[in-house]
Amino acid sequence: MFQILHGLNVDWMGRRYFAYIISGIMLTASLVSLIVHGGPRYGVDFTGGTLIEAAVRPAPTPEAVRSAVERAGFARAEIQQGIDRPDEFLIRLGVSEAGTDPAPAVEAALRSITSGTQVELLRVETVGPRVGGELRSNAIKAVFLALGLILVYVAARYDWRYSVGAVVALFHDVFISLGVLSILDREVTLTVVAALLTLAGFSINDKVVVFDRIRERKQALRREPPDKVMNMGINETLSRTIITNGTVALSTLALYLFGGDVIHDFSLAMLVGAVVGTYSSLYVASALALELQLWGERSAGRHRTTSSTGTAGSTRRASSTK
Amino acid sequence: MTTGDKWKLFLTILAVGACLFTLWPTFQFYSLTPAERQKVLQARPAAATSEAERERLQEMEDLREKAIKLGLDLQGGMYLLLEVDTSKLGRAEARNAVDQAIQIIGNRVDQFGVAEPSIARQGENRIMVQLPGLLDQDRAKSLIGATALLEFKLVKTDEQARALYDRIDSYFARKRFGSADTTMPDTLRHAFTSRFLVAAQGGETIALSSEVAAIDSMIAELARDSSFVMEATLAWDSHEDEFQGRTGRRLYPLDKEPLMRGSEVATAQMRLDLDQDRPGAPGVSFTLTTRGGSMFADITGRNVNRSLAIVLDNRVQSAPNILERIPRGQGSITGNFTEEEAQNLAIVLRSGALPAPVRIVEERTVGPSLGQDSIEKGFTAGAAAAIGIVVFMLIYYRLSGAVAVFALVLNIMGLLAAMAAFKATLTLPGLAGIVLTIGMAVDANVLIFERIREELRNKRTVLNAIETGYSRAYRTIIDANVTTLLPAIALMWLGSGPIRGFAVTLTIGLIINVITAVGVSKMIFDAWSLRRKVSSISI
Repeated sequence: MFQILHGLNVDWMGRRYFAYIISGIMLTASLVSLIVHGGPRYGVDFTGGTLIEAAVRPAPTPEAVRSAVERAGFARAEIQQGIDRPDEFLIRLGVSEAGTDPAPAVEAALRSITSGTQVELLRVETVGPRVGGELRSNAIKAVFLALGLILVYVAARYDWRYSVGAVVALFHDVFISLGVLSILDREVTLTVVAALLTLAGFSINDKVVVFDRIRERKQALRREPPDKVMNMGINETLSRTIITNGTVALSTLALYLFGGDVIHDFSLAMLVGAVVGTYSSLYVASALALELQLWGERSAGRHRTTSSTGTAGSTRRASSTK
Repeated sequence: MTTGDKWKLFLTILAVGACLFTLWPTFQFYSLTPAERQKVLQARPAAATSEAERERLQEMEDLREKAIKLGLDLQGGMYLLLEVDTSKLGRAEARNAVDQAIQIIGNRVDQFGVAEPSIARQGENRIMVQLPGLLDQDRAKSLIGATALLEFKLVKTDEQARALYDRIDSYFARKRFGSADTTMPDTLRHAFTSRFLVAAQGGETIALSSEVAAIDSMIAELARDSSFVMEATLAWDSHEDEFQGRTGRRLYPLDKEPLMRGSEVATAQMRLDLDQDRPGAPGVSFTLTTRGGSMFADITGRNVNRSLAIVLDNRVQSAPNILERIPRGQGSITGNFTEEEAQNLAIVLRSGALPAPVRIVEERTVGPSLGQDSIEKGFTAGAAAAIGIVVFMLIYYRLSGAVAVFALVLNIMGLLAAMAAFKATLTLPGLAGIVLTIGMAVDANVLIFERIREELRNKRTVLNAIETGYSRAYRTIIDANVTTLLPAIALMWLGSGPIRGFAVTLTIGLIINVITAVGVSKMIFDAWSLRRKVSSISI
């Protein structure tokens, strides 16, 4: 049998304070970047405005494109050259005055850069300001609805402590991913929100697997302290965690490398999420559940080696008797 | 093999057969060359000339119907979100207006000749229009958004016009200088008419293009002042013209009330032979309804030698002189049209006027080359991910890995078949959803296999390890899939357009995943282990 990471016995929970520091640093860095940038950099989807992706051949300099677009009367346009294609440009325009359609004007302006310039509009997206606002509120609703549903499901299947741990871990993952996007100055679009929700789904999937094993171990080892049980659960599922997240990271890496500009941000968000999600499965979620449990025991004023027994049903009973 | 196992096997083979059958048209359709596919997309059985051709076109249309549809982001095309401005209508009227607008836009799009357009109501007063494939975006937009409020209005006589312009001039003179002093310079005394190139020579009022905006604001000022009663409306010509070597626009003083509206138009056609002065110039000929015909005969009979303006969305298309009574309910509109404009005008006249103004609030256009590019990249990415995963599974889990890969192939096949059957659209985020489904499917098998290995390490027998591995992992897999399903459902609920495509593929993929990853792979293990005395397993 070809195996990786079998028979490890790492004391994960013993080092959880170290993880808190790492999480703290990542969360602070994300927060600082978000504050410095004035919140997430919302794309056209959420702010309203126009995004034009154009292929201009022969490839002009970004400055030439900028001055051409400015001459067409769009002084505050943002110009971005294609990452792997110098002849492709992303042009972002703010919300235009009612009724005017900027795409033909921009196309004409690009064509006039030099005589014989070929212009092809690859993509034009125009979102009205009100629609943008609606899309944004819908996206926020979707995120909270998803997290809420997960919270309820995990609470019903496991224990409220795990549920809280899992959801805090999800916020942690989503927030750090947003932070990484913000640090890299990427835009938050509808597609990125989809990526964030998917990574939330993946991340919770991961945590559920670990919780499942911890619960199983608890049943068998009632006399062991909870941190030891958690360590066992994590260690025993570690190879699976690594393999699964490795394959997910592999899939999203393929998307990132070969998927093209359109899903670049999507795959980047997913990739970051896969990495942070793995980490938070090991630490944030379980560690938080453990803290809650220890805190519960301390406030109950007595040391208990096990706070709950076996199945989901009796777990609920145990927690409700406190 | 037990009877139950035989049934399972039989059902699996049946399901695989059904999947292949469902996917066959998709395979056929996408193995055509792009040019052939374009032809299939444009197939219209109704337009066939012979029975054999009709049958062939019908076959092609069936093929197109049954193949998986590609979203606009993959095949190129245009997505429009329109908002019907119902602010001036009552509640019931508003609801009606949106339905009516959907129907009218549908008619216009049909005549525009796009394959597989999709038009749907969204929310209270919004309409989503999707036009796949290559098309002239500007033309599509102007055609869909045009209100097409067609009115026939009499042009004021020269005397009426002169009186009107005099009143307007003295209004501005009084308003700005207190009185219309005759000693004032001409430009002040004639603040309005002095802006025209040919000052108030009867109805011939022409302004240089550079003056149009200024004149518009003066007209708006008049409209705001309730003390100034204007018994006419002023409407610009729809086209600029050359006047004395400079470009300008004609302004028409018209009766306020239209004599007849576009609702009386029965049919309209673009024609090239209407204008005797300019043979070959495009124009539109129309036929009126019976009621409209008699109204038109009456109108033209009573107004011989007057000009009748044909006004579309408050722009004068043409204002021909009425030479005689026109009895048969037929007429024509000529003007400075291009062929395309004339064609558009004919389409909007045929399909009717929108009941309320319509605005484009969201627009997404993807060029066909980007779409093609995205498909290729999506498949490259998918293939790279799939190959990486297959290689890993085969090396790490050997023969069992092969079982997992087989289950994975069934999963993807089932997902695509379900999409074809439900007529779901494959979008670029949808491709990403498939990649993530692959991830989840692999995860399910990894969970099972790791568990089996663990049980083997605990010195269980092979059969026992398999049984325990599956039953223990099953619960975890359900939990894992349900928790991933929840955000997908949230997205399906609240996501718009492309995002929904992602949520749909992920949801279908996850459901099939539970069946294939657990059911089918277990069945293979069972079939294998029951046939022989098992003492070892390749895992």
